[in-house]
Amino acid sequence: MDLVCKVFLLAGLFFFTTATIGFLRFPDFYSRMHATGKGDTLGILLSLIGLAIYHLAEHHFSWPAIVIASKLILIAVFWFLGGPTATHALLRSAFDTGRIPWTKDGRPVIKWPPKEK
Amino acid sequence: MESFFIGIGLALGTLIFICFYRIVFGPTVYDRIISVGFIGTMTVVLLVLMGFIFKRIDMFVDISLMYALLNFVGTLVFAKYFAKNKGAK
Repeated sequence: MDLVCKVFLLAGLFFFTTATIGFLRFPDFYSRMHATGKGDTLGILLSLIGLAIYHLAEHHFSWPAIVIASKLILIAVFWFLGGPTATHALLRSAFDTGRIPWTKDGRPVIKWPPKEK
Repeated sequence: MESFFIGIGLALGTLIFICFYRIVFGPTVYDRIISVGFIGTMTVVLLVLMGFIFKRIDMFVDISLMYALLNFVGTLVFAKYFAKNKGAK
């Protein structure tokens, strides 16, 4: 069980690391949000699942250990739903204030404002 | 297993420290908001790891649950606030 926990934690750390690298190196606000919004969610999910498995195996599936492990899974599930929601709200806010996505040749692929209401 | 947790925690701390670059030098205000959210996510994992290291996981799991909720609400509030004032740089 220790090995399973280590594999889950290292996978979570790997996704956090790639999210950080993408966050530092991507050219645009939208692409940076793409890097963190996904690596973030998967990293926290894998790390907390690994820690819950470790805690359950350490205390031989006793009742308090099950409560704590279910709280850890609750955090993971909450962030699995809430993280993309927060990302979407922030992206919507940035789009409505008129930020054009970056392209390689500098020409915008969309027109701003997109449609007259 | 203890030393493994400490190693993972140190790596997460290094990543958090690297992310401060975007808070200080971020070109737009949205970069700063994403950076705060990302640091908050890593802090949730770091708090749980601290609970395992100090052997008080029953206390730290509630703190990290609270931190995740506040982080989510904070990002939503920032998004709403900056959508209203259109001229934010």
